[in-house]
Amino acid sequence: MKAPKVMGSLGGFFSRSAVEAPADIESAALRSDRFRLEREADWRRLEGIVARMEGGGLRGVDDADLLALPTLYRTAASSLSVARETSLDLATLRYLESLVQRAWFQVYGPRKGLFRWLREFFAGGWSRAVQALWLDILIAFLVMVAGAVVGWLLVDQDTEWYFRLISENMASGRVPGASRETLEESLALKDGADGLSAFAAYLFNNNAGVCILAFALGFAFGIPSLLLLVHNMATLGAMVWVFASAGLGFEFGAWLSVHGTTELFGILLAGAAGLHIGRSMAFPGTQGVLDAASAAGRRSAVVMLGVVLMMIVAALLEAFPRQLVGDPTDRYIIGGSFLVFWLGYFFLLRRPEPHALASGSTERAGG
Amino acid sequence: MSAHAAYLESETKRARMMVTPEGIEIPVVIASRSARLGALMLDMMFLIIGLVVVDLLFDLIAGGVTDSIFEDPEEEAVAVYEFLFILGVIFGFFAWYGYFLVQELGPRGATFGKRILGIRVAARHGGRLTPEAVIARNLLRDVEVFYPLVYILIAFVLSMVGMSGGGLLWAALAWFMLFALFPFFNKDALRAGDVIAGTWVVEAPKTKLAEAISTQGAASVERSSGLTGARYEFGEEELSVYGERELQTLERLLRDGNEEALYAVHATICRKIRWDPGEGDERAFLEAFYAQLRARLENDMRFGKRKADKFA
Repeated sequence: MKAPKVMGSLGGFFSRSAVEAPADIESAALRSDRFRLEREADWRRLEGIVARMEGGGLRGVDDADLLALPTLYRTAASSLSVARETSLDLATLRYLESLVQRAWFQVYGPRKGLFRWLREFFAGGWSRAVQALWLDILIAFLVMVAGAVVGWLLVDQDTEWYFRLISENMASGRVPGASRETLEESLALKDGADGLSAFAAYLFNNNAGVCILAFALGFAFGIPSLLLLVHNMATLGAMVWVFASAGLGFEFGAWLSVHGTTELFGILLAGAAGLHIGRSMAFPGTQGVLDAASAAGRRSAVVMLGVVLMMIVAALLEAFPRQLVGDPTDRYIIGGSFLVFWLGYFFLLRRPEPHALASGSTERAGG
Repeated sequence: MSAHAAYLESETKRARMMVTPEGIEIPVVIASRSARLGALMLDMMFLIIGLVVVDLLFDLIAGGVTDSIFEDPEEEAVAVYEFLFILGVIFGFFAWYGYFLVQELGPRGATFGKRILGIRVAARHGGRLTPEAVIARNLLRDVEVFYPLVYILIAFVLSMVGMSGGGLLWAALAWFMLFALFPFFNKDALRAGDVIAGTWVVEAPKTKLAEAISTQGAASVERSSGLTGARYEFGEEELSVYGERELQTLERLLRDGNEEALYAVHATICRKIRWDPGEGDERAFLEAFYAQLRARLENDMRFGKRKADKFA
């Protein structure tokens, strides 16, 4: 398919290639146009394949075309670089640029769909991402503990603090100095299961929102994420103080643990994910800030998807078992087993990344 | 013409080279900020219309259920209603995130809105667009656009009922502006989500291959005008007046085929090369001139000589 190297007259060129060249090519006066006409069929074939792939993934493409795709793509790419050096035909150049770009997006498109990716996510991708964030999780955990302690100490010193941390609305009778009966009642079972599933759906939407917020605020170097954690936990610490001072610490812990082990774990992970991004932007190391941020962002996004799922579980736990199971020991068993499950799933499940080599080398070459 | 020139200039400013893993340079054009805003608004419109339609359908079903609650307050009807409510909340949640995730992970890498405006999401350094990246860029959109909008709305409602929402309003506005203006302070028009995900949004042109000019009419090997049979031959002097830029302008004119423009250009070229302008055979003249000018410039190109425009 290469154009013969003829530097002489046009006539000389034609006498040699007249045999195989289509009639169309003969009438072209310019060498660059002949170059184009000779390769045009390949380009159009590639364009057809790419258009079909864009339309419906791989279903519309037969095997022969699929095998030819990488070769056609490389042919078009090399045609483009030759054309850039030899042709001044703007229309052809623009066409080739667009064609090579489209073909490249298909050749290097997302390797797997959302559903295959989700399968890998559950089988180890999620745990891997959580493990990669261990330092941020540790920091976020310490911050949360500190927040709870601060909340406790503040209220312990001056009960006025309680009302600054928790609005009247949210407290709904659970205030310092409230009678033991009032507090006990707030921990008790609700009558029947009516409306609980709607309540769960509402809780989920609410909690998932908070988590996504904690994650996304990491963008400002992670500080707002930590502040959000401190505030949430200070509220909790204050509430624990109220119940503990009425001698109901154990019962409150049971009430909280049912969904709390899952929900607080989720909030912890969301805060850690936000912190991870913020930390990588503040201290990008040897990479550029943008590269560091995007690497951290992709890792954290995996964790966040998991956090959203944890919030679904937490909302279901909050709405059903907590309102239906009354015995503190049973409540502790439910909450504790979820905690054990999450810890085991995140930190004991260790699977190497599939295709670690392939994707790693692509990223490095790209970066 | 000036509008077109301005467009070309903004296009060259947005042009980037993306190097693929095997080292091929592919030109990409960063999508304009207005196109991206337009795409977002279109997507919002589709989503909201879709959700409203589903909501109406739900009402059709649940409406019957509510009636039956009044007639016959049985446990079952309440349970059905509750079930529908949960279905609604879950559907809303997955529609909100799934709409963007599924489409941007598809082979086109674009939502409906983006496709309509001819743009798509791509990995910034020529790597593969991964699900992680798409998830990250879409999670952040909430914080960039929707949370501040919700807070602005709340502040408005507060001030309407007479409560002071001033502080909240200004905070939410500042928050909104911070992210809304973010794309204006980096050269690749990245929004915060793009920074986190390592993506950018580029134009995805679908150019059709135009006919080769030099196979037609007076540009072809016969070099004769179909109309008059005249043959136009230009000398070294006459062809050395113009450069690549003029050649490509001429190409565009020939492809557009606007008679008046051809007439004007014909007159200009004749004046410039001191050719005696004939009448009625402008197209053939220009085709011949185009083909011979291109032959000359391309020949020089092969020897490493390039002439960018008539001033070079």
